[in-house]
Amino acid sequence: MYRYDEFDQQLIDERVAEFRDQVRRRLSGELTEDEFKLLRLLNGVYLQLHAYMLRIAIPYGTLSSEQLRMLAHVARRYDKNYGHFTTRQNIQFNWIKLEEIPDTIADLAGAHLHAMQTSGNSIRNITTDHWAGVAPDEIEDPRIWAEILRQWSTLHPEFTFLPRKFKIAITAAKHDRAAVKIHDIGLRLYRNGAGEVGFEVMVGGGLGRTPFVGKTIRPFLPKRDFLSYLEAILRVYNQFGRRDNIYKARIKILVHEIGAESFAKEVEAEWQSIKDGALALDPAVVEEIKSRFRYPVYESLVDEPAELKAALKAEPRFKAWFNNSVSRHKRPGYAIVTLSLKPAGAPPGDCTAEQMDAIADLADRYSGSEIRVGHDQNLVLPHVRQRDLAALWRALDAIGLATPNVGLVSDIIACPGLDYCALANARSIPVAQELTKRFRDLGLAADLGYLHINISGCINACGHHHVGDIGILGVEKNGEEYYQLSLGGRADEHAELGALLGPAMPYAEVADSVEDVVAAYLELRERPAELFAETVKRIGLEPFKERVYAAR
Amino acid sequence: MTSPLQQKLKVHGPVVITANRLGDGAVVYWTAAGAWTTDIAAAAVATASARAKQLLAAATADFVHAVDPYVAPVELSPDRRVLPGNLREQIRVSGPTFSLPGA
Repeated sequence: MYRYDEFDQQLIDERVAEFRDQVRRRLSGELTEDEFKLLRLLNGVYLQLHAYMLRIAIPYGTLSSEQLRMLAHVARRYDKNYGHFTTRQNIQFNWIKLEEIPDTIADLAGAHLHAMQTSGNSIRNITTDHWAGVAPDEIEDPRIWAEILRQWSTLHPEFTFLPRKFKIAITAAKHDRAAVKIHDIGLRLYRNGAGEVGFEVMVGGGLGRTPFVGKTIRPFLPKRDFLSYLEAILRVYNQFGRRDNIYKARIKILVHEIGAESFAKEVEAEWQSIKDGALALDPAVVEEIKSRFRYPVYESLVDEPAELKAALKAEPRFKAWFNNSVSRHKRPGYAIVTLSLKPAGAPPGDCTAEQMDAIADLADRYSGSEIRVGHDQNLVLPHVRQRDLAALWRALDAIGLATPNVGLVSDIIACPGLDYCALANARSIPVAQELTKRFRDLGLAADLGYLHINISGCINACGHHHVGDIGILGVEKNGEEYYQLSLGGRADEHAELGALLGPAMPYAEVADSVEDVVAAYLELRERPAELFAETVKRIGLEPFKERVYAAR
Repeated sequence: MTSPLQQKLKVHGPVVITANRLGDGAVVYWTAAGAWTTDIAAAAVATASARAKQLLAAATADFVHAVDPYVAPVELSPDRRVLPGNLREQIRVSGPTFSLPGA
């Protein structure tokens, strides 16, 4: 956990007071909606179909148990007893009343939580690997760099009103769990041939109506230059990004239109003028920020203790969960535990107040009082002693949080869709619910292996459909919900955009079609270890197309 | 963005003016008496562009009680009850199409 200092607390307290006054002026009619909208979008407040929505930042996806209890309190006191974890490691509440938002964010501020940088054309909440600090394959904890970016970007006077929103993600591991290549800026921390640790800098990734995989504009950036180089990127974007057309305003369009090489040259020119200035990072400052991250006091333990071995032998359901949801930790005798928020038939990413409180208690007991939020809309307990795994599993199972489907076909990423969202053309959640029921057979899911279905209810792609093995996009045709399927996308270090399978199909045919695609994969894969995306790459779309469209 | 009042308004079939209530975001409808109601059955129904435009102008002028009014299609049942005219409006009336998790 990162410990906030008095400046952080003062900043969020002042923001609460400021927004309270703005809400008062809006409710009294002193401000029009046009005037107020800009202000509410600086504070995570959206207006959806049937209520306001408040999106709360969870910087780099790290929550304390105290913060999770505060989110449970917000769900209970100000909303309908649940919250929704998003693909950007945030949480949103769908039934908030504007009149009560000042009190809500005042309560949140008491737990060092806020809603800044979760909306508007700002640098949004910085995201990273949800296994940061505990993943065996990482080079160092990327949250330190995410925190540096948070401090740099919050209330940055130049970058509060960018041409469009701006998303940054960082990974420090071999396997990219943060989807950095589909962000406006993606950063990969690694050690170069000379043994120095620095960043590969990618720009111009993103989904939405014009999807792109990010392009590397600097293969190796020394740590010292981290902030100055990012400032240079943002300045070039702020200057040349299009403000005349909302659909062409993201940095990906600028990078695409002028080319990554020209963009890099512009950045280089800007950077030369600022690289040795105030933004050059002093290692002492980095150390100071690093020292504010607290880790549990790890015990000296061994892997696979006797308690674990005995439980694995005695309880097949525990074993199935262990094989699916428990991952190796960088410390011996510890484990990383993923809590699936995707039980069969439930809206993906939703969590009730009771579950949040229970998870907070379990985090206190078993995980150093820390919880992580992943971009896959699941939660993580990052510091669990292996000897406690069986007890933890029993507790999770009792509250419906031990579905062993992490990374499998029913671990679906879905946006809120037309059931909540004012922008959506079609529903996402009911499609996900139906699919999780169809694929509730965990034996089949395990046989299929890693296979992600991603669903978006409109072209804005909040459900990341372009990078799902099977992507589902809701569109509207003559007033009816239709869905397009795309295949072969992925968001990891081999990021690729899926290819459109064929004409859109009505709502009633989506689940059957996905089942057809999955059945075709089972038949056509070369070997069980061949991933879905690899099969699509090898044989192309045609065999899948035949299977889906021939019968219809 | 062009204001709804400046846009050409084509009306095919019955429509109402709807918005979200300022204080809590609840779905509201403009009545013939010039006020907001949460009951779609009490909404003023227009069947011609001129009338729809007139209702929208009146509703938009009241920016203190509601946000972003727009023209929404409705259907009239045989007994002249006002029903939402598409899935989006149906969801705005009835809520999400599945059971809410915290219920």
